Amino acid sequence: MSETDTEGRRIAKEARERVRFEEEALGLSDQVFRVARGLVNSREEAEDLVQQTYERAFRSWRSFTPGTNLRAWLLRILTNLNIDRARRMQRRPMTQPMEEGDYFLYNKLEESAGRPLEEERVVERLSQDDVVGALSAVPHDFRDVLVLVDIGDFSYQDAAQILDIPIGTVMSRLHRARRVLKQELAERAVEAP
Amino acid sequence: MDPCDHCEEVMQPYLDRSLSVDERVSVETHLASCPWCTNRFRFEQELRGYVRVACSEEMPPGLKAKLTALRTPLL
Repeated sequence: MSETDTEGRRIAKEARERVRFEEEALGLSDQVFRVARGLVNSREEAEDLVQQTYERAFRSWRSFTPGTNLRAWLLRILTNLNIDRARRMQRRPMTQPMEEGDYFLYNKLEESAGRPLEEERVVERLSQDDVVGALSAVPHDFRDVLVLVDIGDFSYQDAAQILDIPIGTVMSRLHRARRVLKQELAERAVEAP
Repeated sequence: MDPCDHCEEVMQPYLDRSLSVDERVSVETHLASCPWCTNRFRFEQELRGYVRVACSEEMPPGLKAKLTALRTPLL
């Protein structure tokens, strides 16, 4: 076989691998969008972020190891881009959440319902806007973890890998993120007529 | 520690399915006899489900096409 043949085959093989990679990545785009939407404050920002993610992913597809978790790989690009973006926008500094108990939201809703909560689906007292608004008020370091685990359904281990932080940090941030979210929800539930 | 306090402490890891089998069994045994903790668990679980649904927006219809256009063209 001539050298040109060998080279031709190599190029064809690489093209096949690239196409396979691109198709697989595109197949995950709705899941990637869902996580992006949780991380940023508007649909437009989420669209931009997803597009940047795919641009970068398609450009650096060779650094993906076939057989490993492509969704986690894409989300690692996405969360890194989002961190850069947040830095550029100089988002408000991370605030320490108030250390209130986890009962806070529960008690508040119970109070406004005027009776114990067992009889109704209490969370339906919160609108979708309340939840989206509350999530966007969670400082972004905490929010990243919350979105990956509670919305993206990633394990602690995967979230740690995506965000490149220790698993203990995932757990502590998750704990705080859930608290802040509940406090934000409680404020909104109280504001409601 | 008061069993309800303990239950509250392990509630999040329980819901994350990250407790050991023994720990899980001990939580479930307590839940079976404690309506207060059962309510608390149900509330937290519902809240999670609700947050997930409320924050799950469908991908905008045009986005997939934009992403497809980013692919490297075949020679």
